[in-house]
This record gives sequence, structure tokens and C-alpha cells, in this order.
Amino acid sequence: MELLYFGDKGWGDELFFATLMTIAVSITAMIIGFIFAALFTPLKLSNNKFLNSIGNAYTTVIRGVPELLVIYLFFFGGSGAIMFVASIFGYNDYIEINAFLTGSFSIGIISGAYSTEVFRGALQSIDRGQFEAAKVLGFNKYIYFFKIILPQMLRLAIPNLSNVWQITLKDTSLISVTGLVEIMRQSYIAAGSTRDPLFFYSFAAVLYLILTFLSMQLLNKLETKYSKGY
Amino acid sequence: MDIELMISSFPKLLNATLITLKLLSVSLIVGLFIGLGFAILRMNSHKLINKFAYGYSYIFRGTPLLVQIFIIYFGLGQIEYLRTTVLWVVLKEPYWCAIIAFSLNTGAYTSEILRSAFQTIKPGYLEAGRSLGIPSKIIFTKIQIPIAIKQSLPAYGNEIILMLKGTSLASTVTLMDLTGVAKYIISTTFKPVEVFIVAGGIYLFMTFIIHNVIKYLEKKYGFQT
Repeated sequence: MELLYFGDKGWGDELFFATLMTIAVSITAMIIGFIFAALFTPLKLSNNKFLNSIGNAYTTVIRGVPELLVIYLFFFGGSGAIMFVASIFGYNDYIEINAFLTGSFSIGIISGAYSTEVFRGALQSIDRGQFEAAKVLGFNKYIYFFKIILPQMLRLAIPNLSNVWQITLKDTSLISVTGLVEIMRQSYIAAGSTRDPLFFYSFAAVLYLILTFLSMQLLNKLETKYSKGY
Repeated sequence: MDIELMISSFPKLLNATLITLKLLSVSLIVGLFIGLGFAILRMNSHKLINKFAYGYSYIFRGTPLLVQIFIIYFGLGQIEYLRTTVLWVVLKEPYWCAIIAFSLNTGAYTSEILRSAFQTIKPGYLEAGRSLGIPSKIIFTKIQIPIAIKQSLPAYGNEIILMLKGTSLASTVTLMDLTGVAKYIISTTFKPVEVFIVAGGIYLFMTFIIHNVIKYLEKKYGFQT
């Protein structure tokens, strides 16, 4: 147990901050995922064949390729791409993006593909009459989307979004390969210097279990709150 | 775009795909048996057995696969006692450690899929079987299991694809599977995009095949209940 002491003697404080890092990356990735979903859901539902195929390509490729490969793409290719864009604007120095951004971005793209599917499903299961009624009543676009469609969509999407959150939370363990010090990476460091991998990896598993358990409790509450009214 | 690199790396990546497929098929087969076993335990009316099976699937579904592999590969080797047993022959090999981790992981998901499939079987089928005087063992093997397999096909297809992606984690314990080789080529040539296209293409091709086989099976064996 003294391995978990806070301060110089143990790894308690390091693991505590690593857990915070995991939570921060997961939330950032989830938000980036929502941005991607907001961009690609309309494409997937579009009647235009070209736009539709872009939307489908995004979800198919990301959901069919291992997360680790996507992470390697951004880890090794990320700064190259940014430097290329910067060179167009005449900036030729070396740019290094930090591990937090690379990590959240790559996990965010993955989580976005799942969120896109969730939002698409939710939008499609809203009763068509709702769209028609809103149009017939002559609401403007803002009210049409934010007051009528969005609330109904969120209600349907929340149960599945909590699955996406679980996937995202677990996926963040993979960005330990880029050197970002989250739970997995910190356990790896601690296991290496104390030669006690069994203890630290098991403890990491417990930390993840606590995170999934707590977030499930929270999301279930949210779910009951938003399913009211029916 | 370095087309030459894409062409020259293709055979290497294809070769590594064999390891990926081996890992996938072995762990799916083992995982199916584990899953069936735990699904049966989950339906047991004894509370303790039930809790045990639930705990198993909760732990393996609530933690990342990476942690599970690391515990088995780095962690178990630390126990002195294990090193003296026959198990050590298996546990010192990263290949077998990966397979153990994958099997246990997919077993947990499969048990959930099968359990919900068993629970959605209409009681009428079982009652019909019982009223015809069929012994309960035969009802289970000849009625419940076939129906459960048919009903769980779509969800199990998803699980196969998730597991295919999961095998990429074998590269973290030094195995040179498709992702492992891809990473090696990327880190020696610094051409991530090209390698990603080729390796990703191979993965997509595999998911495409799996997807269509499952669709075909669903059509062939699927039925409405």
C-alpha cells in the first residue's frame, strides 16, 4: 500500500493527476467528437449523393480501422500536416503539437464517428410529423432546429451517447503510446521504476472501473431526467 | 504521396495480416466458449454464481483492453509461483498472453450478447418443447441455443469487428501484427499517411468481408420471432 502514498515516497499523487488527465482528455475528445458529429450528421442525412458519400466514408473508415492506427497517423503525421499548412503562410520553423492536443484530437475523431451514427439514428427516429408540423406552423429556422428538433433528438440520443462516452474513456488508454501521462502511461512509468507491474496495472484497472462506474451513475441520472415528459 | 513506398510495404503488411487473422480467429473461438459458459452462469438462479458471472463481464467491459493485456503480459510474470508451473510456458510468450487477454475480453462481451439473446426467446417455444415431452437438456441444445445464435448474429458481427480492431493492441506487447508492422514502417520512413492508407485499406477490406458474411448468414438463418 505504501506504493500509493502521496509525495516523494509513493505514486499516489502522480496517479491522481494522471486520472485527472484521463478525464480531461476524455471530455475534450468527446467535445471534439460532437463537433465532428455536428459536421458529418447532416452529410450522412443529405440527399446529395456526393455529400452523403463523404459522410459515409468518414464513419466507415474510422469505425473499420483500429484506434491505434488512427493515433499513429496523427502522432507521426500531425506536426507534419500543421507544418505544411504553416509553410503555405510562410512559416517554416519546426512546430511541435503537444501530446494532449494530438491525443484528444485523434480520440475525438474516433468518438465523433460513433456520435455521428448515434445522432443520425436519433434524428431518423423522430416522428416525421414533427418536422412537417414545425414547417407548416411557419417557425423560423432557429426555433425549428433548437426548440423542436434538437430537444427531441437529444432525448433519444442520450442512452447511446453514454455508450460512446464509455468507448471514448477506454480509448484514451491508447494515447499512452504517444507519451501523454494519463493513467496507463503513469502506471507504465511506476511499474518500470518499482518493478511491480502487477500492482500498478491492476490499480489502473481499478481506476478505470471507478471512472466507468461513476460516469454510468451520472449518465443514468441524466437519462431519467431527459426521458421525462413521456 | 510516395506510391513506391505504398507498393513496397504492401507485401510486408499483408504478411503481418496473417498474424492479425490468427490472433482474431483463435481468440474468437475461445471467447465464444467462455461467453457461452458465462451466459449460462448468468442465467443461473443461484445468486452467488450469478453475481460472479456479472462481475466477470463488468470488469472486462469496464476496463480498457490495453490494461488487460498489460496485466497478463507484464503483471502475471511477476508472481514467482507461476514461473514454476507449466503455465509459465504459455505466459512468457507475448502471443499467448495476447490471445488470453483477447479471449477473456471478447468472452465478456459475447456472454452479454448471448444472455440477452437467450432472454428474448419467447417462452412459448420452451413451453411447446416441454409439452411435447422433450427433455430439458435437449430443449436447451436443440431449441434455445440455435435460436440464441440466430438472434445474436447482428450483435456478434459487431463484436467480431471490434475484436479485429482490438487485435491491433497486440503490437504493444512486441507482436508484429498488421498494426505493429505499420507502426514500424511509419517510424522508419516517417510517411504516416501512405502507410495508413495501405494498412487501413487492409483493415477495411477485412471489416467489409466480415460485415457481408454476417449479413449473408443473417439472411440465410435469420427469422422473425
